[in-house]
Amino acid sequence: MAHVVGTSARRKEGPEKLSGHARYVDDYRIPGCLHGVTVRAPIARGRILGIARDPAFDWDGVVIATAEDIPGPNVVTLIEPDQPLLAAGEVRHAQEPVALVAHADRSRAYQAAAHLKVEYESLQPVIDPAQSEQVFKSFLIERGDVVAGLAAGDLVVEGTYTVPHQEHAYIENNAAAAWFEADGTLVVLASMQCPYYVHKALKPLFDLPAHKVRIVQAVTGGGFGGKEEYPNMIAGHAALLAKKAGRPVKIVYDRHEDMLATTKRHPARIRHRTAVKRDGTLVAQDVDVLMDGGAYLTLSPVVLSRGTLHATGPYDCPNVRIRSRVVATHTPPNGAFRGFGAPQTLFAAELHMERIAEAIGADPVALRRKNLVREGSTLAVGQVLRESVGALQALDECAKRSGFRDKRREYARWNWRKDQPTWKGIGLAVVHHGSGFTGSGETHLASRAAVALTREGAIVVLAASTEFGQGTNTMFSQVTADTLGLPYDWITVETPDTSKVPDSGPTVASRTCMVVGRLVRQAALDLKAALVAEHGRVPHTRAHLREAALTLCGDAAERRFEREYEKPSGMAWDDATYRGDAYEAYSYAAVAVDLEIDKATWEVTVHRVTSVQDIGTTVNPLLAEGQVIGGTAQALGYALLESPVYKDGVMLNAQLTNYVIPTSLDTPEMDVAFVPAPYSNGPFGAKGVGELPMDGPPPAVAAAVHDATGLWITDLPILPERLARAERERKAPRNRK
Amino acid sequence: MTRLTVNGKRLELDADPSMPLLWVLREELRLTGTRFGCGMSLCGACTIHLDGEAVRSCVTPLSAAEGRHVTTIEGLSPGVSSAVQRAWIAEEVPQCGYCQSGQIMCAAVLLREKPQPSDADIDDAMSGNLCRCGTYQRIRKAIHRAAKDIAGEKA
Ligand code: FES
Ligand code: FES
Repeated sequence: MAHVVGTSARRKEGPEKLSGHARYVDDYRIPGCLHGVTVRAPIARGRILGIARDPAFDWDGVVIATAEDIPGPNVVTLIEPDQPLLAAGEVRHAQEPVALVAHADRSRAYQAAAHLKVEYESLQPVIDPAQSEQVFKSFLIERGDVVAGLAAGDLVVEGTYTVPHQEHAYIENNAAAAWFEADGTLVVLASMQCPYYVHKALKPLFDLPAHKVRIVQAVTGGGFGGKEEYPNMIAGHAALLAKKAGRPVKIVYDRHEDMLATTKRHPARIRHRTAVKRDGTLVAQDVDVLMDGGAYLTLSPVVLSRGTLHATGPYDCPNVRIRSRVVATHTPPNGAFRGFGAPQTLFAAELHMERIAEAIGADPVALRRKNLVREGSTLAVGQVLRESVGALQALDECAKRSGFRDKRREYARWNWRKDQPTWKGIGLAVVHHGSGFTGSGETHLASRAAVALTREGAIVVLAASTEFGQGTNTMFSQVTADTLGLPYDWITVETPDTSKVPDSGPTVASRTCMVVGRLVRQAALDLKAALVAEHGRVPHTRAHLREAALTLCGDAAERRFEREYEKPSGMAWDDATYRGDAYEAYSYAAVAVDLEIDKATWEVTVHRVTSVQDIGTTVNPLLAEGQVIGGTAQALGYALLESPVYKDGVMLNAQLTNYVIPTSLDTPEMDVAFVPAPYSNGPFGAKGVGELPMDGPPPAVAAAVHDATGLWITDLPILPERLARAERERKAPRNRK
Repeated sequence: MTRLTVNGKRLELDADPSMPLLWVLREELRLTGTRFGCGMSLCGACTIHLDGEAVRSCVTPLSAAEGRHVTTIEGLSPGVSSAVQRAWIAEEVPQCGYCQSGQIMCAAVLLREKPQPSDADIDDAMSGNLCRCGTYQRIRKAIHRAAKDIAGEKA
């Protein structure tokens, strides 16, 4: 049997996504369905004094729900029980949901929402995270003696870096439909990443046992983290209206509402102090991270954790201190976004490496080569990297493919000539990204996945891992097919529906391939063993497989082989001290960005991105490359274009006219390559890929901008006006009298 | 009453003539392959053909379609749609898929007007169609591939 792992088997659900037949939430016709609309607070902080209907409005057919209608506690369960489903009493951020209305006619529902008058008393909000006194979570990670280390280097390089909010801008906005079956079962159909998160949140809200809540993923038009935790909220709203109305209710956000109200990437300010020897050896890294969590805790502690654990970059340094905290502000809660804290801290770490290179006059590639992690290296948390460390290989390959050193020389000559209309630059970064949950997260989660053989001889993968563009279904099918030695086309993947699939945990954290893929492989191995025991081998014809299925299934409709997460042997993590093996394995990437800057307009044009990664075995090269290309495009947007503007805690540019995301014109040619360092516990040696491409491009862009102009732009995004201002300040420093 | 032809079928609709075509198609005619992304002509997810031209149905009122031919992704001629779909699959274009109806409708017009489009032609025609999954460079390759495929069929 030809192997399918390692080949570019075509996306399972490709054809239906190209014919218009894939069904996203709003494509379902649900009989009797009402349209729900959310009434949101216009102020960042205040007290709700009262909610009243405008007597002049015709309320016929309008259903209204407020916090009082919630059967259980008014809490959206996630990490801490601090976020209400509907604000009651107090408002803690602009756009916080206060009430819900529904009507059979969509525009009537919007009109009704506008006529529901909520009276507020405004309070002074805290918008600046540096002023916040409420700390959601903090970490301190230490290795060696940072104070002694800072004194022991030949010089200390300091820098402060900031990164803004980033909007997910999935093209399908958040959407959910909910209804109650005749037996009282609550059913939710939604655009989402994590069906079991929604399941967990809705049970207590509606005071229902697990089997009376059923969550089904519709085809999902992009997530990028933005549909990790937010669906709990919109699904809860749709369900509450459905309960009140006694009819199905669908809520589909428009673009403006989605951008104003839903989660964003955490903004951050990161400070570095690094002691280094003249020869480039890192002696001490002292890092301070401040993130803005927004009004409720949501996932902030875990975002901070990942940001903290990636804050030094992929380097082995004997003396490290990382102090980090995420604080509350009266702004919409920030949440998961591809990279989950790491793009923020890696931007700072990698741009800081460039400044170190400049300070000691070192070649940036050589400086990194000297300090990069390799097998046997120790990280700040005490983790020893035992295997699968492809950072150096990625860097060398990236430097070679991009022609880094030649380009630096060529561009130096170009930039030296004052009559040229542009500056050119090339910059580079190396990043790592831990696959799976942090520390003991996977053990606590205890995910399960299964492979079933049905009486009809179908082989079905059962997992709650969702497909939202990454290729989950395809990858699971490849792993299962190769494990059984059967054709790829014989494998089907069940829709993530909590009434059908086990809880495989959320589809986040670059964990689906490495962690859930491994469970699927183990389950498939169990099926294989059962087939071999019964028949001497895995049947290779459909007819024989059907025969085997009849005996294996007995009287049942299917025979299911389920596996639960087991920690790989030798892994240890201590939650109390936050030390040990922070991640099972890390993926690595080296990224070079080649760009040109117009001297008149300061416009930056990226010509080429070279991205080389070690993601272990590439299960599906074409899908993996797709993840790299797409993540890189988002990262370039973060670096150069996406500039959310806030005033008093409200996003002012919550539309695609002036919150600009990359178009085809902003997305350059990319040269993507893989240098696999297989991981022994990954399925067929695979590690994670989804988030890694978000990490490297922003610091590589900033490094290239410096190469081109000599300007250090330490705040994202690198807009033309920011460059122009930096140039003015260089020419006329403010402190010069 | 608005008279129009949708995917080859002649229809008389008594929906509000100011209603955006997008909602007429999706809600009245249940042609849900045309997607809503922004409602403000900013993303291209809702692209359809009006007398063969690519237009954004979210900002096109029903009245503008009076007496004209509307084509949606569901009604794309089998020859074009199969060539385009084959190319899209060969290049592994779609990720979440949400933008792809609009991308394909836009590409279909381009391929008719410029059977062998250059990269610049493609950028010109396609740069208004957003894809947050970042499939742009594959779309470019897929358009070239489809162009070859269609030319081969004709030869
Ligand atoms: S929905 Fe029409 S352009 Fe975005
Ligand atoms: S494929 Fe997801 S938006 Fe284009």
